[in-house]
Amino acid sequence: MSAGPRERIAPKRRPGRRLAAAADPGAGGIDAPTDSIRIRTRALTKRYDDLVAVDRLDLEVHAGEIFGLLGQNGAGKTTTILMLLGLTEPTAGEARVVGLDPTRGPLEVKRRVGYMPDSVGFYGTMTGRQNLRYTARLNRIERTVAEDTIDEVLDQVGLTSRADDRVDTYSRGMLQRLGIADALVKDPEVLILDEPTTAIDPLGVVEILDLLRRLVDERGIAILLSSHLLNQVQSVCDRIGIFAAGRLIGQGSMAQLAARFGEGAGHLEVGIETTGTDEAERARAVLSEVAGVARVTAGSRAGDPWNVIIDADADPAAMRAVILGVVAEQDLALASIRAVQPSLEDIYRKAVARPGDHAGAVAGHGSASEGGPS
Amino acid sequence: MSAPPVTLPPAASPVESPRTRSDERSVPGAGWMVVGAKEFGDHLLSARFVVLAVVLGLAAATPLYFATGSIRDIASTVTDARAVFIALFWLAPDVGNQVTLPSVSGFLAYVAPLLGLAFAFDAINGERADGTLPRLLSQPIHRDDVINGKFVAGLAVIGVVLVSVLGAIAAFGLIRLGIVPAASEVLRIVLWVLLTFVYVSLWLAFGMLLSVVIRRAATSALIGFGTWLLLTFFGGLIVSLAGGILAPVAGTAEEQLQNIGIQETLRRFLPDTLYREASLTLLNPQVSTVSTPATLSGYEQAQQRIPSLLSLDQSFILVWPQVVGLVAMTVACFALAYVMFMRQEVRA
Repeated sequence: MSAGPRERIAPKRRPGRRLAAAADPGAGGIDAPTDSIRIRTRALTKRYDDLVAVDRLDLEVHAGEIFGLLGQNGAGKTTTILMLLGLTEPTAGEARVVGLDPTRGPLEVKRRVGYMPDSVGFYGTMTGRQNLRYTARLNRIERTVAEDTIDEVLDQVGLTSRADDRVDTYSRGMLQRLGIADALVKDPEVLILDEPTTAIDPLGVVEILDLLRRLVDERGIAILLSSHLLNQVQSVCDRIGIFAAGRLIGQGSMAQLAARFGEGAGHLEVGIETTGTDEAERARAVLSEVAGVARVTAGSRAGDPWNVIIDADADPAAMRAVILGVVAEQDLALASIRAVQPSLEDIYRKAVARPGDHAGAVAGHGSASEGGPS
Repeated sequence: MSAPPVTLPPAASPVESPRTRSDERSVPGAGWMVVGAKEFGDHLLSARFVVLAVVLGLAAATPLYFATGSIRDIASTVTDARAVFIALFWLAPDVGNQVTLPSVSGFLAYVAPLLGLAFAFDAINGERADGTLPRLLSQPIHRDDVINGKFVAGLAVIGVVLVSVLGAIAAFGLIRLGIVPAASEVLRIVLWVLLTFVYVSLWLAFGMLLSVVIRRAATSALIGFGTWLLLTFFGGLIVSLAGGILAPVAGTAEEQLQNIGIQETLRRFLPDTLYREASLTLLNPQVSTVSTPATLSGYEQAQQRIPSLLSLDQSFILVWPQVVGLVAMTVACFALAYVMFMRQEVRA
């Protein structure tokens, strides 16, 4: 950190650890080299009286990756984050953030970790810039350095033109942008964002997610973000952890999660032109009999393509070729065929609905299987 | 979970961390100073600062104005010219038609709690309501830096208000009377300002406690002002009632004295009484006792005492218990606020 403020854009830390980071975190074990690990927890637990807010959480976040914590409100995301920052003491278990124990050395952790809380607030009578200056002072950043950094982060989140207006004139979305700028003022090694984009308009979200991606790629910082917005998590996160009722019921890349919670290896959509019910039944029978097809389900409306779910060990590309051949052979009129990537929504639904995994973890907690988040 | 208990590698000590940026970017100053400086600035620019300075100024200037009018009558009764100027602060002026205004110090006893409450009632719950508390606590400061900084900022702004308003009042009196106060009078006034500062600090600490305990700023303001009203205006009535129950007066002088004694003891649990007793004794060198004699003979002795002026140290020894009582209450209130704040969850 001998660099001047203008050097911030240049990659200072080890960039491009994404591929390594995407590996299964369980594989390395406790003895794995920890130099790329920014956040690591072991059996982290928080109990409030008889409510278990976070239940034996094992989590690893590496430098150079964006990790998304996905879960409904009350699933324990914010409690986890507060424990990582040393703002709440864990009931049991351990955590290391930038190699430090947040319970014992919260100050150094908070110096190196930028945090934007859920529904972030600022002092309304001060301007956006003044609010950031206060944060810089609390971080003991020298004045001239702070001014340059503040200009830069305001520009990064697109607030330069409104920086000198009072914060009580800001919209919710602008407050969230300012919150991200606020977390960046200290030039963090780890960025923890709690619901960072809930109030930002769709175009703004793309900008913010691009910004996060750039920060990770150029500077190799680690980002932990919590959200209940599935498509945003899917689009920006390298790895995802699914939270339900205080427990992490799955973590990994999209592909890993799909393999675990999806329906086998994949799923093809096959559209076939049919003239009547009989022919439709014949098409279904033909598709079902193809070797490697696990199951065929109809679309939600008549005329929708068939959903062909293939066996776990089958290759979707090869299956596509096989089905094309069979359909031609049987003289069916093929309208369309495409491989469908499982969406995070499907994975999430299945993960939280899977019985046994988290059942009984928290009595009286809102049922996680009620469907997607609101 | 059947996994064997695993432990994480020992946490690196902060000193060994590769990025000790504190070397290059550090600016001196503890966390509470940064918080305090910001809060102090906010207070000075706030509307409540202006309003309270004006209210306090009027509350002190009005009795002073009338006191300057009736100071001549007093001057003849005061045994020593050294105590004339300071009479401006304790003299309850007669404004005609047998209406007596409270003295400057009496008015301050009414108004000063407002000053303390106003700068503290929303200190912590306001941050909670704005959603700034989690953000503030996630900065590299200790948690108590927040409450300490806010308390110090409150003390500083109270000091500014008291010194400026009372200084202006004293200057006004000086010009109007044309009497130059003696050194001992100035010292008495300075001590009395300090005493007032402690009294206001007590209410500041009480307001701070409310802001920690009560989640809504409006509710804590209401409770704070309600307590002020109860203690300041109805405290005396309640004490009389309790005294009447504990020591009923049937007619004898002993019973009356006993009743008065009990009332006095009860009343001294009220910060308002402690402040009044201490300020009167500090300001008026003629006051040689703060307690009513407990026996008839003591009462007779007190009446036979030759009126004389107490020196400053004698006056101070007389009110030492009151001062200690006020300081103790302040410390207790703040300590309670501090402990509760440290134990609270960041999230409401």
